[in-house]
Amino acid sequence: MAQTLAEIKEMAWWELVKRLNETPDEYNIGHDSISLKGDYYQLQERIALRNIGIINPDSIEEYIATDGYFALQKALLMKPEEVVKVVKDSGLRGRGGAGFSAGRKWESAAKQQVEQKYVICNADEGDPGAYMDRSILEGDPHSVLEGMAICGYAIGANKGYIYVRAEYPKAVSSLINAIDQAQKLGVLGDNILDSGFDFHIELRLGAGAFVCGESTALMESIEGKRGMPRNKEFRTTERGLWGKPTVINNVETLANVAPIINKGADWFSAIGTPLSAGTKVFALVGKVNHPGLVEVPMGMSIYDIVYKIGGGIPDGKKAKAVQTGGPSGGCIPSKMWDTKVDFESLEEVGSIMGSGGMVVMDEKDCMVDIAKFFLEFSVDESCGKCTPCRIGNKRLLELLEKFTEGEADYTDINKLKNLSNVICTTSLCGLGQSSPNPVLSTLNYFYDEYKEHAEDKHCRSGVCKQLLRYEVNERCVGCTRCLQHCPVDCITGAIRERHYIDSEKCIRCGECFNNCPVDAITVY
Amino acid sequence: MFLFDQEENREKIEEFIAFMDKNREMDGALLPVLQEAQNKFGYIPEEIVELISSHMQILTSTIYGVATFYSQFSFVPRGKYSISVCMGTACYVKGATDILEEFSKVLGIGLGETTPDRKFSIVETRCVGLCSDAPVVMINNQVYTHFKRADVDHILSILG
Repeated sequence: MAQTLAEIKEMAWWELVKRLNETPDEYNIGHDSISLKGDYYQLQERIALRNIGIINPDSIEEYIATDGYFALQKALLMKPEEVVKVVKDSGLRGRGGAGFSAGRKWESAAKQQVEQKYVICNADEGDPGAYMDRSILEGDPHSVLEGMAICGYAIGANKGYIYVRAEYPKAVSSLINAIDQAQKLGVLGDNILDSGFDFHIELRLGAGAFVCGESTALMESIEGKRGMPRNKEFRTTERGLWGKPTVINNVETLANVAPIINKGADWFSAIGTPLSAGTKVFALVGKVNHPGLVEVPMGMSIYDIVYKIGGGIPDGKKAKAVQTGGPSGGCIPSKMWDTKVDFESLEEVGSIMGSGGMVVMDEKDCMVDIAKFFLEFSVDESCGKCTPCRIGNKRLLELLEKFTEGEADYTDINKLKNLSNVICTTSLCGLGQSSPNPVLSTLNYFYDEYKEHAEDKHCRSGVCKQLLRYEVNERCVGCTRCLQHCPVDCITGAIRERHYIDSEKCIRCGECFNNCPVDAITVY
Repeated sequence: MFLFDQEENREKIEEFIAFMDKNREMDGALLPVLQEAQNKFGYIPEEIVELISSHMQILTSTIYGVATFYSQFSFVPRGKYSISVCMGTACYVKGATDILEEFSKVLGIGLGETTPDRKFSIVETRCVGLCSDAPVVMINNQVYTHFKRADVDHILSILG
């Protein structure tokens, strides 16, 4: 390396400050730190997102200006087991779903006496409604590369893979560019920073299969096979990719590594709750005034996130629930929004942290329909390897369809519950084991809605079309237009007389409603 | 219904063979090879599966096994304009179903199908990660945010 990191930083810092000073309204610039201005950011604590929106992701110099690659330099002067210890003591847990201790994973892989080991970055962000990984890969790709290199040094691996979704073309190009720059500068590749440590990173693109976010399925996919989860005979830290010890961490987890090495385990574990250290990025979306990515210390309440940061529910509507954890998670009703968001508390209320999707729903969202939406997703994405997931979820979806189509009766509620429990307890991988969660949690908290669908054939949110009823009201002028548009001839009435809809024959297509010139059709 | 013209694609086929040669030694090369084929030809024609098989010494059954597993690979050509309505959670609660229905109604094709003139296809898309701008529609690589049902006619008339 011609210049040291410190020399590059010195130069790049002033360049960065100069550039940011052109729009001073957007940034708080201190003598050695920069943050984003505004109330929205005030309540957040940004570690994984520390550089997002501040540095230019195409410039490795700007990353170095904000202490980039200093953690790697520091780690390379430590013993590998010391690096593992710092990460373990920090209490960092996997941000991809299960929340397994990152340090313990590293420790287990480091212990293996095998020459070839691998580090994998899981960037197959598939949970609908979560996009923090995309944001980090596009906005701060080097933080992930640095985290991977530190992990490689700690466990004794010199090869890393990033498995990234093909649906994120911008993230892919930003990673390609970042890897190229890092190799040129000597912070990646052979003999990193003259330490004698080699680490190479290769990109692999996903091909559109949600189950590939499961660690063993992801490895199968990198190996060029169908992405189906393996039987869990061995831990991946013992036998993972191509049968070699492998540490697989999610993007956000890896983005946390460098700050932990730089600032120490105690600094990190002091943030958040005792069992869930640090911060978590949430994708706050759906029916909320200020949707976006928020990074907050673990243990903040849902209420504070939705109202204080997210600005509440738009159009004066009433909040109903928040869905966390995507298709594996559950819905938490608004009356329980004092629940703290950390791994344990969310599990207690029947949801999960997952990758951090947080979809806010209001009174216009039908919870049975939402459960059906997630089930459709799981049925679609089930790999088909094990029977409970392949067939059980399909049957569960059919049951839910009975509810939304008005064909369910009271006994179906129990069937839903039983089948869900069987699928949870007997499926092979995390996808199947958690796929009934959206059903179970909505059944638990919104039992009345299921009951209404089954007994009264009524959907209070007006979402389930088959349960809607159309009626002609007193505004009708008798123009016969609805009558002409009705595809099943269920409307009767003479010219200039109020018409009548036969709800037995009505197929709820909505044509009468769409074509009425005087708003004389009531839907309820 | 759709024929693969080997003559017309001769140049692309040669480039594709060169790609396979270059990556022959790579571990787990089948997926990147299939992705290259999908990008180059817009779909995976039967003839190309045969070519991969003989060139990479992989059984066609294995290739089909892998290719059908992943939703990225299509066995019918995509239209000139590939319309994807995001069906992620955020888009769903903001009315993506209505938008998909409208496209389907206007174009007369279902999800995963292509119009006979090869102009439009409707493809399935999971979350594209733009949840704060939901609902989102992507046409080829162009992203349309805060999309409304009423925008469907307008956008199709612009594309012709």
